[in-house]
Amino acid sequence: MTDAGTHQATKSIVVEREMPHSPEKIWRALTTSALIADWLMENDFEAEPGRKFQFRAKPMPGWKGITNCEVTELDPPNRLAYRWGDGTESDSGLRTLVTWTLTPTPGGTLVRMEQSGFRPEDEAGYQGMSGGWPHILAGLERVAGGL
Amino acid sequence: MDAASDLLFRTLGDPARRALFERLAAGEALTVRALTEHSGVSQPAVSKHLSVLRRAGLVEGRAAGRETHYRARAEGLKPLLGWMARYAEFWEARFDALEDLLKRMDQ
Repeated sequence: MTDAGTHQATKSIVVEREMPHSPEKIWRALTTSALIADWLMENDFEAEPGRKFQFRAKPMPGWKGITNCEVTELDPPNRLAYRWGDGTESDSGLRTLVTWTLTPTPGGTLVRMEQSGFRPEDEAGYQGMSGGWPHILAGLERVAGGL
Repeated sequence: MDAASDLLFRTLGDPARRALFERLAAGEALTVRALTEHSGVSQPAVSKHLSVLRRAGLVEGRAAGRETHYRARAEGLKPLLGWMARYAEFWEARFDALEDLLKRMDQ
């Protein structure tokens, strides 16, 4: 998947799953700080447009364990979007957008998560790896060297 | 982040193991004997490092006659490489956790 309209071609990850629960209930799980902590990560999320918040996890080499976020869209119980990463948290400067879409179905709700804005360098590594060992190992050195 | 990445970080955090892995990644399959020759490390130590690399999925061995030839497995690095691969794995696991939470929640 490629986002049109950006100068640089970026890519998305999409995960979709139908769940036997109402959109309202899933919305609560997606937008209540204590519930988000249960299934996603520790956070100080609040359901307000423009709200800046953080996800916090265990730090790793090259990453402080913090993800800076900002609510960009809030349309209960259908659509929620937040910026995921402002480019300062990791050596790689990752900046993405996470968009949740809840669509009622006869059996419950179709839950769709799209994380968009990955640059070509964010997927670097695995594809075409056979010819790319030097590049991979240089990256590995950097990552593993922090231990 | 996840167990697979954790294991890779721990495995490659050791400079001797990283050196072995890089050596295998740079060329063809090698035996323990060949790997020991220029490493400055004892053969049992090389064997031990290889078994750790093997458990992490970074190296595979193929028996040829009485010796085993080891080669690097590029796929073994997948969980570590690229944010996209890592996040794809991450979200699948989070979706599982979300479903688990929903089962425990009241309507």
